[in-house]
Amino acid sequence: MSLLTVHDLSVARGGLRAVEGVSFSLNPGQALILKGPNGIGKTTLLRTIAGLQVPVAGTVAMAEDAVAYAAHSDGLKSSLTARENLTFWAQVFGGDGIEAALAAMDLAALADRPAGALSAGQKRRLGLARLIVSGRPLWVLDEPTVSLDAASVRRFAQVVGTHLGQGGAALMATHIDLGLPDAQMLDLTPFRARPGPVARPSGFNEAFA
Amino acid sequence: MIALLLRDLRLATRAGGGFGLGVAFFLILSALVPFGIGPDRGALAPVAPGILWVGALLSCLLSLDRIFALDHEDGSLDLLATAPMPLEGTVAVKALAHWITTGLPLILAAPVFAILLQLPTRAMPMLILSLLIGTPALSMLGAFGAAVTVGLRRGGLLLSLLVLPLYIPTLIFGAEITRRGAESLPVTTPLVFLGGVTLLVLALIPFAAAAALRVNLR
Amino acid sequence: MSLWEYANPAKFMRTTDRVLPWLVVSAAICVTGGLVWGFLTPDDYRQGSTVKIVFLHVPAALMAINIWVMMLVASLIWIIRRHHVSALAAKAAAPIGAVMTLIALITGAIWGQPMWGTWWEWDPRLTSFLILFLFYVGYIALWSAIEDPDSAADLTGVVCLVGSVFALLSRYAVLFWNQGLHQGASLSVQSGERMAATYRHPLYLSMIGFGLLFLALVVIRTRTEIRKRRLAALQAQEARA
Repeated sequence: MSLLTVHDLSVARGGLRAVEGVSFSLNPGQALILKGPNGIGKTTLLRTIAGLQVPVAGTVAMAEDAVAYAAHSDGLKSSLTARENLTFWAQVFGGDGIEAALAAMDLAALADRPAGALSAGQKRRLGLARLIVSGRPLWVLDEPTVSLDAASVRRFAQVVGTHLGQGGAALMATHIDLGLPDAQMLDLTPFRARPGPVARPSGFNEAFA
Repeated sequence: MIALLLRDLRLATRAGGGFGLGVAFFLILSALVPFGIGPDRGALAPVAPGILWVGALLSCLLSLDRIFALDHEDGSLDLLATAPMPLEGTVAVKALAHWITTGLPLILAAPVFAILLQLPTRAMPMLILSLLIGTPALSMLGAFGAAVTVGLRRGGLLLSLLVLPLYIPTLIFGAEITRRGAESLPVTTPLVFLGGVTLLVLALIPFAAAAALRVNLR
Repeated sequence: MSLWEYANPAKFMRTTDRVLPWLVVSAAICVTGGLVWGFLTPDDYRQGSTVKIVFLHVPAALMAINIWVMMLVASLIWIIRRHHVSALAAKAAAPIGAVMTLIALITGAIWGQPMWGTWWEWDPRLTSFLILFLFYVGYIALWSAIEDPDSAADLTGVVCLVGSVFALLSRYAVLFWNQGLHQGASLSVQSGERMAATYRHPLYLSMIGFGLLFLALVVIRTRTEIRKRRLAALQAQEARA
């Protein structure tokens, strides 16, 4: 039973189709890394799978409330401490294990500092610790390693590895090799939306082309 | 949901939360009006109900853009949208938090400012009652306006432009209740209407606001 | 053959291309005819020559409300059936509606000065039109503020829906607030006192003219909007190819 099945997916950004005809599936324990040049629509694709955007065409099938999404901004409140931030997201998502998550991302010593006093990399680690406390099986990650140093990237790769080992799955867009042993790659370049007569339903402006 | 409410309340009271700004604005407004109209009790008392209601409305407007804008900037809104609770519930909770941090202090402060404006003492219960019934609608409509304009740069002015016309029914009935209270007239009719408007807003607007948020998130 | 075929942009463009000249000519004839005929009517025994402004005032007021209703219907069609032309028609109609509201307000003020001795009165009808104008302004401002065309169409649709509910609510709240001195509807079917036929017939013609004028304008503006989208889409495709 796969955690996520994407079939013939097309997504639009700014009223224009970005990528089209994307199909793949993710089983428990699998990781899939999306590749492709800037602007091809990786972020749009990930947001669509996370349910924040409606696909132009195609289907995204998965269990309800399966996705934990992490993107460029971490959803942290600078006036709350690291632990308070994490506790809030644990409560919202109905997960637990805050101390373990703090330890896993090497944040235990910083737990009582306001998030506003953390460095960019530390904030990023806190944002990724949120994935652990969410308790959700499918991690959808958009450039998760931005502003992380080499040690933190290794630590993060370990966390993802543990998650996969526990039957989770991860879908991510990244340019860095995380060193995950059996991660699959998917290059989006062949799926770039073709110009010309519109064969599929599309964004607002294209309806008039 | 309770976690979200507690977080919003905690954020409002911490540094940079802007708690109490609305009341301070209300105070300045109430203090400025007599300078414009003159210190005469006979001139101030008749306009006091209207000034107090318009003041409450403007003070409420002041903090509306914070309802969703901050959560949108730091990415919390994306995460809340993927959380296992309906977005309509999130909207309702955020509007409730706004009401507790803005509407409730305004209601508590209103009698004091009413004295500044020479509102007759017998009108006080009706002033408080009308604000108590009316301000939740102001917060909820404000949440709708904030949801529509959340992704926009300089959405603040547009937010006021969209929300103020929606405030008209609440303002009319709220001020009317207070005016009738000052003149010891029966208040049942406007009270029923005000309650009706608020209930309508509370029942329908969360769905419209959540729909607007979904559009702005994609 | 169904009505929804006209939601196809190409079909809409083809059909309106043929209809538009007739629409423009008939609108011009009816508006000019109605206004000139109205101007040649004898003076009213009570209101004197000021009554002639009715041929501009009443049709504009009628269209101000009807255009908002049309925008509501168009928004609903967009939200429910996702026909792009419908969203653009709502966008195209809004400035026309705002101008009609403004005409009704200004002619009302000019008429009110000799009749009531004041340019402005917080009368329920005048107040309702002022509120309607505020809703138009908010709606137009929202369209121009949002860059993404899909979001703009969706958000303005939701705002139009909520605005309609509150415009109606405000109308009754304002009635409660002030009973007013505006005369009743001039052409009300129920009211016993009816306008003399001398005035009624040119008024009907003027109203039909304003209706046709609106149709012509909204079709022209919708066509412009469609061409703008087409241009944007083609440019984007070319940039990508």
